[in-house]
Amino acid sequence: MELVFALIIGSLTASGVYLLLRARTFPVVVGLTLLSYGVNLFLFATGRLSTGQQPIIGSSAGYADPLPQALVLTAIVIGFAMTAFLVVMSLRNLADNEDDHVDGKKPYKSPAPEHEEEVTGK
Amino acid sequence: MNHWLTAPILIPLLGGILQALMGYAPISLRRTLALATTVLMLVSTIVLLILADDGSYRIYAFGNWQPPFGIVLVLDRLAALMLILTAVLALFCHLFAIGGADEGNRQFHALFLFQLMGLNIAFLTGDLFNLFVAFEVLLIASYGLLMHGGGTVRTVPGLHYVVLNLIGSAVFLISVGMIYSVTGTLNMADLAVKVAQVSGDNLNIVKAGGMMLLVVFGLKAAILPLCFWLPRAYAKATAPVAALFAVMTKVGIYAILRVYLLVFGESAGALAFLGMDWLFPIALATLSMGVIGALGAGSLKTLVAWQVIISVGTLLAPIALGSEAGLSAALFYLLSTTWTVGGLFLASELVAHQRGTADDRIITAPKMRNRTFLSVLFMVGAVAAAGLPPLSGFFGKVLILKSVESGADMAWLWSVLLTGSFLTLVAYSRAGSIVFWRTVDGHLQTPEPLTGRISVAAGGLTAMTVLIVAFAGPITRYTDATAAQLHNTNAYIEILQTPMIGEDN
Repeated sequence: MELVFALIIGSLTASGVYLLLRARTFPVVVGLTLLSYGVNLFLFATGRLSTGQQPIIGSSAGYADPLPQALVLTAIVIGFAMTAFLVVMSLRNLADNEDDHVDGKKPYKSPAPEHEEEVTGK
Repeated sequence: MNHWLTAPILIPLLGGILQALMGYAPISLRRTLALATTVLMLVSTIVLLILADDGSYRIYAFGNWQPPFGIVLVLDRLAALMLILTAVLALFCHLFAIGGADEGNRQFHALFLFQLMGLNIAFLTGDLFNLFVAFEVLLIASYGLLMHGGGTVRTVPGLHYVVLNLIGSAVFLISVGMIYSVTGTLNMADLAVKVAQVSGDNLNIVKAGGMMLLVVFGLKAAILPLCFWLPRAYAKATAPVAALFAVMTKVGIYAILRVYLLVFGESAGALAFLGMDWLFPIALATLSMGVIGALGAGSLKTLVAWQVIISVGTLLAPIALGSEAGLSAALFYLLSTTWTVGGLFLASELVAHQRGTADDRIITAPKMRNRTFLSVLFMVGAVAAAGLPPLSGFFGKVLILKSVESGADMAWLWSVLLTGSFLTLVAYSRAGSIVFWRTVDGHLQTPEPLTGRISVAAGGLTAMTVLIVAFAGPITRYTDATAAQLHNTNAYIEILQTPMIGEDN
């Protein structure tokens, strides 16, 4: 179970980081979502993995730590709200700049030469 | 248990909820109520400052749960200092915003107050995960505030700011998880006890967690490799928002102070002074980067935004060295620089208002109205920021320089800080002489005259630098006591023994 769990966290985080480094806003949003899934699973595992245990000390031989579950719940709620906000921001970026590039416009062009052309051309 | 501790959180929370519900009320009513909330918050922080000045720790345990099982608010001298720093800055920013910058968005005051609430939770909390929640509260309000003001210029810096901070939150959660998985606690006082007992393989997990936490706080504080989002975002933000954001980087510095002095402090055994050897060179590099940026700035607000980064570097260098005198000096400089930078942002906005299409860019433009008032305002701010006598920036920097012991550290700090201050002065002189002296004749358009509120707000915040000098004695006494209290971590740990209120009371 531990190996599968670790592999899932690793692949989620790796894909998340890869997508974060893309130049368009949609992959960035998806990347952040994957990253937050990975983080949530990681937080969940910090209470140690166990199956069929109760979250109460003394009721059985082992116990499942309830605190990481509360932390994960908080993190999920916050992450969800932030993702929603980020989607709105990306749409605003698309509307304002007519482009979904994370830097707004396509690669930067220096405005100076164009200006000169305009002056000398007429 | 002291119920006063919740006041700086509850007052902006209730005021903010009220504002959110009354978005369609007349603007004068909303402004009056919002300003009243900020004034009330300032009053509550003054009460807390007086309470904290006796040097004891006061806690408020939510739901009367004994720490470390419940979440606690902890008030000590450092927390009270940060609270009053924020409240004073917020009052002037709010006054400035009421002068017209709050129009165009019905929820401006609600966002502003929620931002203050987030800041106050961050300063008061005694729990690492609660600190994460506080960061999220203040961040989501800041996302809204950063976009305030209409137009398309803020979209891209805003998007970068949001994405970077979301990555920061993810890293924060990972590091909190790593620390929790070994220590089994998130209460800072309890962490200070447990981290010292960690041994064997677990040591590396906590170490990795602690270093990742430093990266997160570094992102908030804008230290060198993580600072490039700041100038664009701050320079594009509306003036009162940018001025309020002057305290946002200080939240990162506060978190570094709190966590690395308490949890990874002297008594942390194998993990003592974790990351501090990295922090010193990074702080100096941040300072240099800020100076380079300031020299190359094309507009007044960009210049002031780079000043924020310069002050972060200046603050972190003595903190990384860890001496008590250095800490006290850094806290003194913290007060001075936050208010100065806030005042400079407001002054730049006033200048931009008077210059038509030239805005705040550092170019020649027609003469502005109220040139004398604005130039004096800018000069006072610049003198305080660059660290010339007789204003507070000078005393802050002298205290920092005096606090290092002679050796290699001293050579580095003195040379970088003094050269940096000189070059900052060059940057301000260049900007000031072009903007205020090199003017062309005629008016492209007649600018609106200054109104009372915004002049009072900008003038008042800038005048704080004079006030700091006037009250330098009491302030230094307070920062000395704060530094001593921060180094005495055993007293903080004792809050775990605080008795809870019994059922019969």
